[in-house]
Amino acid sequence: MSTQSPQKELAANSFAARLFADRQLNFLLLTNVAVLAAATLLAGADFIGLYNLQSMAAQVPELGLLALGVMLAMISGNGGIDLSGIALANLSGMVAGLLTALVVSPDEAPLAYTLMFLGIAIGVGLIGGMLNGVLIAWAGLTPILATLGTQLLFTGAAVVLTNGSALRLGYIEPLDDFGNATMLGVPLCFALFLAIAGLITVVLRFTPFGVHLYLLGTNAKAARYAGIASQRVIFLTYTVCGILASVAGAIIAARTSSVKWDYGSSYVMIAILIVVAAGVRPEGGYGRLICVVLSATALQLLSSMFNFLDVSNFFRDCAWGLMLLIFLAVSRFDARAWWQAQFPAKFPAK
Amino acid sequence: MKSEPKQAGLRDARTGSRAGLRAGLRAGLRAGLRAGLREFLLHYPAVFTLLLIILVSAVVGTINPNFWQLSTLFDMLRSSVVTGLFALGVLIVLAAGGLDVSFTAIAAFTMYAITVAVLKHAPNLSIGVIMLCGAVGGTLFGAVNGLLVHTLRAPSLIVTIGTQYVLRSLLLTFVGTALIINVPAAMESFGTLALWTYLPASGGRAILPAFVLVLVVAAGVTWWLLNRTLMGRAVFAIGGNLAVAERLGYNPRVVQVFVFAYAGLLAGIGGIVHVSSNRLANPFDLTGTELDVIAAVILGGARITGGSGTVLGTLLGVVLVTLVNNVLILAGVPSTWQKVIVGAFIILAGSMFAVRTAR
Repeated sequence: MSTQSPQKELAANSFAARLFADRQLNFLLLTNVAVLAAATLLAGADFIGLYNLQSMAAQVPELGLLALGVMLAMISGNGGIDLSGIALANLSGMVAGLLTALVVSPDEAPLAYTLMFLGIAIGVGLIGGMLNGVLIAWAGLTPILATLGTQLLFTGAAVVLTNGSALRLGYIEPLDDFGNATMLGVPLCFALFLAIAGLITVVLRFTPFGVHLYLLGTNAKAARYAGIASQRVIFLTYTVCGILASVAGAIIAARTSSVKWDYGSSYVMIAILIVVAAGVRPEGGYGRLICVVLSATALQLLSSMFNFLDVSNFFRDCAWGLMLLIFLAVSRFDARAWWQAQFPAKFPAK
Repeated sequence: MKSEPKQAGLRDARTGSRAGLRAGLRAGLRAGLRAGLREFLLHYPAVFTLLLIILVSAVVGTINPNFWQLSTLFDMLRSSVVTGLFALGVLIVLAAGGLDVSFTAIAAFTMYAITVAVLKHAPNLSIGVIMLCGAVGGTLFGAVNGLLVHTLRAPSLIVTIGTQYVLRSLLLTFVGTALIINVPAAMESFGTLALWTYLPASGGRAILPAFVLVLVVAAGVTWWLLNRTLMGRAVFAIGGNLAVAERLGYNPRVVQVFVFAYAGLLAGIGGIVHVSSNRLANPFDLTGTELDVIAAVILGGARITGGSGTVLGTLLGVVLVTLVNNVLILAGVPSTWQKVIVGAFIILAGSMFAVRTAR
């Protein structure tokens, strides 16, 4: 944005210049603000009331965490994608709900129940993610095929466990708080989501793993010749995807007090939409985490606006699908080059 | 179909699939039966599918002898027609290096919209015209898919996920959500038309429906397209190596639009057959079956990375998936296990045929 002041050497200024240098980031920030403004105009001041803001924030983490997983998989390149996210999320909630109830009674020791529930859920996510990782890194399956297979496997396992019916958890105070309570006005699960996002940002930016991941996605062959243990990086990436999915599963279970094998059937697409809208390259090697977070919030704002305006659920899917296609088109379209081609006179050759 | 050997152990198998088979068998004798079997299966993945079919049939047939009936076979054929039509479409897209998940949405849209339109405006339309409408509608939607995939230059999985949602929600928002029980007379009579009725002495009867012929024709045409036309060459060339195919003069846009349009055509016809055979039109039908279809094609030996796949293998894959979905219940396996088993098959087959390039 502000490119005309290269000689000013004020640290703050260069920081601001860096902050607004990313067009995708600016675009997403603008989208957030624009949707918020439009929704307030169309749906009334209730939209920016504390209650609605809190309820919107509490809905972001489920999809946001799944989108983070898809983003990591995409960055790793080689057609990387994780289609098994929501299936693994539901399975981990299901296994945790069934196993914990065998050991701890939710009425007598609600805190122990909650902690064990979370532990088992994350354990299932770890195992599921490791399965994906092994299949992709060592068995040599393409990510699409491996995660298609495990998606069916995880969903199928969840169906088998309860014969296809929903699992009711009932009201368990600590678990319910984990999903619905607020701290200083911020929903706990949203704070957790931000913390996880922050942690992954740090890992991607400042650890060898992060550098290796981006390198691998940019050029797998070069990464291999540079001595990067590609298989280990891929394995770790999909393992992290699994853990993220299971945290999403725990949040879903806590927020809805139940677990269903077919919860969020369109989440696979919406997670991909969030990631593509955030400018993550499907070919791998590029993607900014803050953009994914902003893209997730923008989508939530839009979805809540549809709620306020009573837009039909069926039509909403249409909007998401169209947005996915439009964002794909926008990322292929270089407006500056087009503008220069239309008006060459305004851009004299240097 | 010649699938090029990717294993380091297949040094002398590069001359072609038949020589490769012999070399594979010889190498197998030398290096032990297991390695040889693996190489043989890499060349003829359909054999693996056939073995799985025989295994499942044998297990089910042993547990429940009722399995060995003509009516079981006819029931399976009946329920594999629509899956088979979809699978042939997925095969040709996959062979060209793409992946289509929007075909169920295309089928649902065309079948429901056409049923509604026919009932309203021309209830006496013949099945041929209805089928043609389905084919044209499906082809148009498919061509849009192909154009989008080509111009957006994005992975076709992501693009078709987008079009899938757009189509489905357009259908449910603007065309309707109600179940139609009274389908047009022509579709009803087409669905009940029997090719051959078998009346066993023990009572009961087994009917081979006439619409099985639709799959037979579609399989023949697809085989001809892939193996006997320049377009088939182009499909495998583009799917095998895009950069090389472009230098050889193949036009990726033409091929991409063609394969997606062809998949759409088969999806449109599949939708009409679906309504005819069920004698009802439900706009929520077919949703979520796309993974089963893709599973069938992968199980039939087509690589998800493109450039390979056979019609025979795909049909065997369809039979295997139909077997798992329809017949396992005869062996006392609850239907809840279907997804687990299909998923396990995908992972198993995928691992067997996995191409290891990073060595």
